[in-house]
Amino acid sequence: MSALLEMKGVDAAYGQSQVIYNLDLSVADGGITALLGANGAGKTTILRTICNMRVRASGAIAFADKRIDGLQTEDIVRRGIAHVPDGRGTFVHLTVEENLALGAYSRRDRAAVSQDMERVFGYFPRLRERLAQQAGTLSGGEQQMLAIARALMLRPRLLLLDEPSFGLAPLIVQEIFRILSRINADDGVSMLLVEQNANLALSLAHNVYLLETGRIVLNGPTSLISGHESLRRAYLGY
Amino acid sequence: METFLHQLLSGLANGGIYASIGLALVMIFQATHHINFAQGEQAMFSAYISLTLIQMGVPYWAAFLIALAFAFVSGVALERIIIRQFDNAPVLTVVVVFLGMLFIINSLAGWLFTYNVQAFPTPFPVGLGSRYLSAHEIGMIGVTLVTLIVVYAFFRFTPLGLAMRAAAQNPEASRLVGIRVGWMLALGWGLAGAIGAVAAIMAAPIVYIEPNMMAGILLYGFAAALLGGINNPWGAAIGGFIVGVIENLAGAYVVGTELKLSVALVIIIVVLVTRPAGLFGKTVVTRV
Amino acid sequence: MPVVKAQAARPPWQLPAVIVLLVVAAIVPFVVSSFHLLQLTMVVIYAIALLGLNILTGYNGQISLGHGAFYAVGAYTMAILIERAGMPYWAIVPIAGAVCFVVGFLFGLPALRLEGHYLALSTFALAVATPQLLKFHSLEKWTGGVQGTFVPGFDAPFGLPLHWDQWLYLFSLFIAVVLFLVAWNLLRGSTGIAITAIRDHPIAARTMGINIAMYKSLTFGVSAMYTGIAGALGALVAQFVSPDSFTIFLSLSLLVGAVIGGVASIFGAIFGALFIEFVPNFADQISKAVTWAVYGSFMIAFMYLMPNGIAGALKLLMEKLRRRG
Repeated sequence: MSALLEMKGVDAAYGQSQVIYNLDLSVADGGITALLGANGAGKTTILRTICNMRVRASGAIAFADKRIDGLQTEDIVRRGIAHVPDGRGTFVHLTVEENLALGAYSRRDRAAVSQDMERVFGYFPRLRERLAQQAGTLSGGEQQMLAIARALMLRPRLLLLDEPSFGLAPLIVQEIFRILSRINADDGVSMLLVEQNANLALSLAHNVYLLETGRIVLNGPTSLISGHESLRRAYLGY
Repeated sequence: METFLHQLLSGLANGGIYASIGLALVMIFQATHHINFAQGEQAMFSAYISLTLIQMGVPYWAAFLIALAFAFVSGVALERIIIRQFDNAPVLTVVVVFLGMLFIINSLAGWLFTYNVQAFPTPFPVGLGSRYLSAHEIGMIGVTLVTLIVVYAFFRFTPLGLAMRAAAQNPEASRLVGIRVGWMLALGWGLAGAIGAVAAIMAAPIVYIEPNMMAGILLYGFAAALLGGINNPWGAAIGGFIVGVIENLAGAYVVGTELKLSVALVIIIVVLVTRPAGLFGKTVVTRV
Repeated sequence: MPVVKAQAARPPWQLPAVIVLLVVAAIVPFVVSSFHLLQLTMVVIYAIALLGLNILTGYNGQISLGHGAFYAVGAYTMAILIERAGMPYWAIVPIAGAVCFVVGFLFGLPALRLEGHYLALSTFALAVATPQLLKFHSLEKWTGGVQGTFVPGFDAPFGLPLHWDQWLYLFSLFIAVVLFLVAWNLLRGSTGIAITAIRDHPIAARTMGINIAMYKSLTFGVSAMYTGIAGALGALVAQFVSPDSFTIFLSLSLLVGAVIGGVASIFGAIFGALFIEFVPNFADQISKAVTWAVYGSFMIAFMYLMPNGIAGALKLLMEKLRRRG
């Protein structure tokens, strides 16, 4: 599989403080890549850098073989990258339906959009029940589902997920991860998954990067890490 | 009783103007957290454009629509050229910029169209009038109501309106669905400008057109916006009608027209002190 | 509850600069023409008014679009007491200050509950109401109604060989220096820390035991007092007060001057005063037809180049020089 997303030699900073150092990272087309690391390692920063949100960055970022570094967030998104940020980025004052409609805002193919709406309800049936409800009144798990559903309405080739398990009950998390696996398998959506819960991430991902204070210290297929006991102990603590 | 009814209805007619200006102010406030102090001047300038066209022989409603188009385009231009330079500036700095725009537009209007007070035509035939309201007042209520309804429908039912609402509420999330937030802002300015133009053109036959015609109206629009709750566009609209009625009743029954302005404002301030978030505003709970 | 007194690092050039400034200011009345002297007197007076506004808006974060009202109260106090009570002008100055302090404090009490734009509207309303109230016919025998009242001139005291305008300039300068010293002392002490704490983080300030209500109202009072004293002096310069001298335009000019000078800064008041006194004349020379458009363009240009005012820009410059040096 070729790389859908390729980051080479990327540095990122907030103002004067550098956070990411000389990063090389790639996401395979059709694969799920997990990005692990402790709090403050810089995982969210990497996702933001891909979308050019709030960071100053340098280095090459290519998506589907075309450079996207330096583009505006809206233009990067329109090329087929959907980002589910930490905090979910839901439009809390708008209804569920309006949130989903906004996900498809940049698309021209109206007929396909209604198809996608149906598909999304297939993954998250609870959302169909809550269509007219204000998004801010949904439960945590439902808001996460809405955030992912909205991202899917973009018909993205790449989905960036920032800690989708955060603050959610274990059963809901399991459900969401099962759905993510289906989305990847059935619709071929590639994913870059940032997670603090290493176990969860490894159960889903094909490839793993481990980030420590802004640098990659480990990367390879999941089997390499989870099978290798001393590596696992040293870096993941179990 | 008759005078009361007349004052009440007349107040509602004026209220339509204040409602429109209040709505324009809130639209920009929601998206930028700034009060556009130059809104009145933009509106006044557009009214002059329509007057000039009418004086050149253009039929009233054509001149009206052209002036609206001018207001829209100039609003977009102001945002793209001047306002966006101050995206990250401190609040007071932006206030001074708006005041600067106020001076510039006002001065240009005085230079291009003179400071003479001029009469402004009304398109509504005299026969439309009734015992309580003049023809123009009835037409005024009609036009402002239509404007408010059209704007409401635009925001509620069109994809572009939805995108503009989203961009105002959550610019970052909007970018993540591909909305060009900068242009949404500019469109908001254009739309606010057009709404303001409607208000000025409707008000001009009553207050007469001159470069300072909008000062008092802007203040009432501001009061309407705050009364309704600064984050609530439809609260501002309702607030406008309330302000119009208070102004008229205060002027007729409490003090003469001399102190009308002050008394109306005092009443509004009293309301704000008792309900700081406005009548329809939501008190925002902030986490410490 | 005692608050730790912060010793801010004071740049070494500050004291000599102030002394040079004072010396220049003192010599001025003997070298410039009468017209220019009157302009410079207004600069001194505006500086006092802007310092008052700065204390409220810059240091305490309460925005005021209505300081012209306090200026007017000070001016009318001077006019009325000089005419009706026959008091000497120098005695009236502190009285005008006291009156404005009370008015400001009383306005500040209900205004407490209003934040940001709500406060802006209320002060804006105050400013708009002021000329109307001054024209109100039941107050006419005091205020002189629409036509206004004259304020008589006077000679320099103790038979000093000074013209009236020279003496007035020096008198205003003296008052300005005193008021600036008081403000400077106030702001760098525990009061200043409390005031800026209220601006920056009111909730934290309250948990530290700072009585927000009292401080905010007192700040309003002090701010009004300064601007009122400026108004009283202004009446002496203009030798005339009338309702139309104190329109909303005055309040807006004061705000513009405060922001362009630099809000949280004592020197900012001086820069701002220079701006609002001289730039309108300069704009008039550039174009008589669109004077205020030129003025407005200057305002926007200044804000673009110096978003934190002239004082803010100078501070940045000093820091850059210090880092390089």
